[in-house]
Amino acid sequence: MVVRTRVNGEWRAADVWPGTSLLTFLRDGLALYGSKNACEQGECGSCSVWLDGALVCSCLVLAAQAHDREVRTVESLNDGGRLHAVQEAFVETGAVQCGFCTPGFVVAVTDLLGKDPNPSLATVKEALSGNVCRCTGYQKILDAVNLAAGRLRAAT
Amino acid sequence: MSVEIRRKGGVGESVRRVDGVPKVKGEFEYASDLHRDGMLFGATLRSPHPYARIVSLDVSAAAAMPGVQAALTHADVPGKKTFGLDVQDQPVLAIDVTRYSGEPVAIVAAEDPEVARSALKQIAARYQVLSPVTDMEQALDDAAPKIHPQGNVVRTLQIVHGDPDAKADVWVEGVYETGMQDQAPLGPEAGLAVPAADGGVDLFIATQWLHADLEQLAPCLDLPPEKVRLHLSGVGGAFGAREDVSMQIHACLLALRTQRPVRMSYGRQESFYGHVHRHPSRVWMRHGALKDGTLVNVQARLLVDGGAYTSTSPAVIGNATTFAAGPYEVPNARLSGTAVFTNNPPCGAMRGFGAVQACFAYEAQMDKLAAALTIDPLELRLKNALKTGSVLPTGQPIIGAAPVRECLERLRDVPLPAEDSPLDRDPMLLPGGAGNVGHGEALERGIGIAVGYKNLAYSEGFDDSSEASVRVWPDRDGQGPLVEVRTAAVDVGQGIDTVVTQIVRTELGIDRVTVCQPDTSIGSAGSSSASRQTMMTGGAVQLACQAVREEIERQNGLENLRRPVEATRVYHHRSTSKLDGKGQGDPHVSFAFGAARAVVEVDQELGLVRVVQLAVAQDVGRAINPQSVLGQIEGGSAQGLGLALMEEVALVDGIVKNASFTDYLIPTILDMPPVVSVLVEEPEPGLPYGAKGVGEPSTVVVPAAVVAALRHATGRELRRAPIKPDDIVGL
Repeated sequence: MVVRTRVNGEWRAADVWPGTSLLTFLRDGLALYGSKNACEQGECGSCSVWLDGALVCSCLVLAAQAHDREVRTVESLNDGGRLHAVQEAFVETGAVQCGFCTPGFVVAVTDLLGKDPNPSLATVKEALSGNVCRCTGYQKILDAVNLAAGRLRAAT
Repeated sequence: MSVEIRRKGGVGESVRRVDGVPKVKGEFEYASDLHRDGMLFGATLRSPHPYARIVSLDVSAAAAMPGVQAALTHADVPGKKTFGLDVQDQPVLAIDVTRYSGEPVAIVAAEDPEVARSALKQIAARYQVLSPVTDMEQALDDAAPKIHPQGNVVRTLQIVHGDPDAKADVWVEGVYETGMQDQAPLGPEAGLAVPAADGGVDLFIATQWLHADLEQLAPCLDLPPEKVRLHLSGVGGAFGAREDVSMQIHACLLALRTQRPVRMSYGRQESFYGHVHRHPSRVWMRHGALKDGTLVNVQARLLVDGGAYTSTSPAVIGNATTFAAGPYEVPNARLSGTAVFTNNPPCGAMRGFGAVQACFAYEAQMDKLAAALTIDPLELRLKNALKTGSVLPTGQPIIGAAPVRECLERLRDVPLPAEDSPLDRDPMLLPGGAGNVGHGEALERGIGIAVGYKNLAYSEGFDDSSEASVRVWPDRDGQGPLVEVRTAAVDVGQGIDTVVTQIVRTELGIDRVTVCQPDTSIGSAGSSSASRQTMMTGGAVQLACQAVREEIERQNGLENLRRPVEATRVYHHRSTSKLDGKGQGDPHVSFAFGAARAVVEVDQELGLVRVVQLAVAQDVGRAINPQSVLGQIEGGSAQGLGLALMEEVALVDGIVKNASFTDYLIPTILDMPPVVSVLVEEPEPGLPYGAKGVGEPSTVVVPAAVVAALRHATGRELRRAPIKPDDIVGL
């Protein structure tokens, strides 16, 4: 079946098997490799994207469900080559090690700060509890969230 | 500690990661992202049985399926049929027998991954199921089936030190166990094999050690080593899981057979079958001390489950046994260690590598001893702490820095977190969070400490050298001179590429540094494991830089340079020796020490745990990149907390029951407390910049500290990690 989706502002289509996940559609159908496949069960958040503005694990969404809808991926966050404040903060605080979970975290943190510019620690932890990182122990990810939140608030 | 972050800088500065920007943008190419036009997808048929005879195996129906380009068995392996890091006893594809559940039996390549997976179902494999050996003690029984012709002992060693019958005033005894832990790197195993015009193959691969892979691949493929070229692809974490070969040989076999590029990417479930795990351990110990707390005698018997094949078991049990007396001066000891074969999944390298299991036991013993003597546990440790000049049970003297005392004292200085009343607390801050149905009525706080140590680099006579090539280009574009560094060192996420750029800037004073993608066209860098790359590849880069600098000076300085200047150097650590029949020798290059304190809250009725704070004081020699060092300590602590509280590969009769992230739990952001890190910097003589490897000590000590805190809170013995809610409530 042909799935047609608006991805990062551009209408894209690919011919896929009906059981294909949105993640596989993005990666193998559209060559958008930023969203990662680490668990295939919605446990780790490495494949986080926005579907019509809602944060989802793209491994748990069928490609067909995204037909005629809007998807945004980590690749949408580069503004003409300039890093998004969340991306910048991840680099600066050392929140990146192997980096495999990073695109998912960047999307999830951007989503959180879009809804709540000044989240409490408990809110941050709850919001990111569906993203698993095996390298950092999360401390520097929390630092990145704080840094990005402060800068985004200052910018508005 | 707070650190100042620099964009560019040299040794000692918290410089941003060189690969940070592509990683946050999602542009960094991991092995599972690799693709080529016309590539095929590989898939693996694995044995469902832990121990079985293969009665018949027929791949013809699979091979005949539309879209399938190859279906191979052991008969199609052109060269050596087995591989392995130490002993080559693991079949590339099972031959007549399967020795663990998950063992590869056949492989296919197809135009589409779904077709490849469907083809596996068309392979006719008939098994005669045998009774598996799944318990370590059972494996040692004379009546047990022999899993390999030589029997079920992988390695056994005994260390006899001083007078092992020496008398003591007080004795304490215990048996301690740890479960099988999975490294669970976020990036599953993957690689792309591309056949080459010269009849060879290029393999783009996520690994820890390109040259060890090469050494195992070439004989199996029946190709000369120069026709097997390995290129590093992006690595999504490792922690030991990529030390052994997984899909490397399979992908190359399929590519060579089909003459098409072949990618193999494991999913999470297959990843649990596709790599080795941390050895489960069962350790008996008996400690004798004088009334004043002076350790007199340590007796230990360590048993670890190596699973079906050798992998790195000989080195793991070597570590566990040589470290069994802990970071203490022990005048008399008898320490025996044995690694056995079973029909469980093979076990090998994981962060901490044998030192974790030993520390879990000896630190529980030190707490028992402190209780028996009514001495403060920290004071008891201080009293017996190793120091420079101390002699280890192997007879090896510690010639380098050994700031055990300082680690403990600095740990003691970290303020304890405030004790909040449970009654007016956000329920998310109760043990179990939203899962806690109480109101904190049954909370008990516990505090535990542990100290331990780990060897740096490879031991027992192994020369794991590293080669580096440094080339300085004169200013070609008006932007200044440029340095290109080539090594085969793998950045698994720990940050060696960034460390290398810092070393170059410090040695040459040139800002612009490019670290080339590692491959096998240069000499081995050894493995990215054993906390060794900063010292080994860092050392090689430093030597090469020094040689280049001398040549530049001969040519009257950088500004007068007309052609690029290049030097290649190999760094060797000091040589070590094997152990003799009494376990005596000089087995280890150097050591890194660490101490941890855990503060926990336990709900005594529900068995739920919240770790409130971890504090880690670690001997780092000198921090090359303080931010990165903190990241290693924090991440290593998380994996230690996982082993203490939740992580275990659940086996029933040799079959893995939780091969997914739904069922195998690793710590989330809600599980992790703040980690307060203290860097103890006492430069190590003889190592580049005095820097010690930093990846492992926190993983060694945190499991012991967390469980000690749980014992303190509950008053229970809790002798087996991971600790489960049932253990806490005493069911």
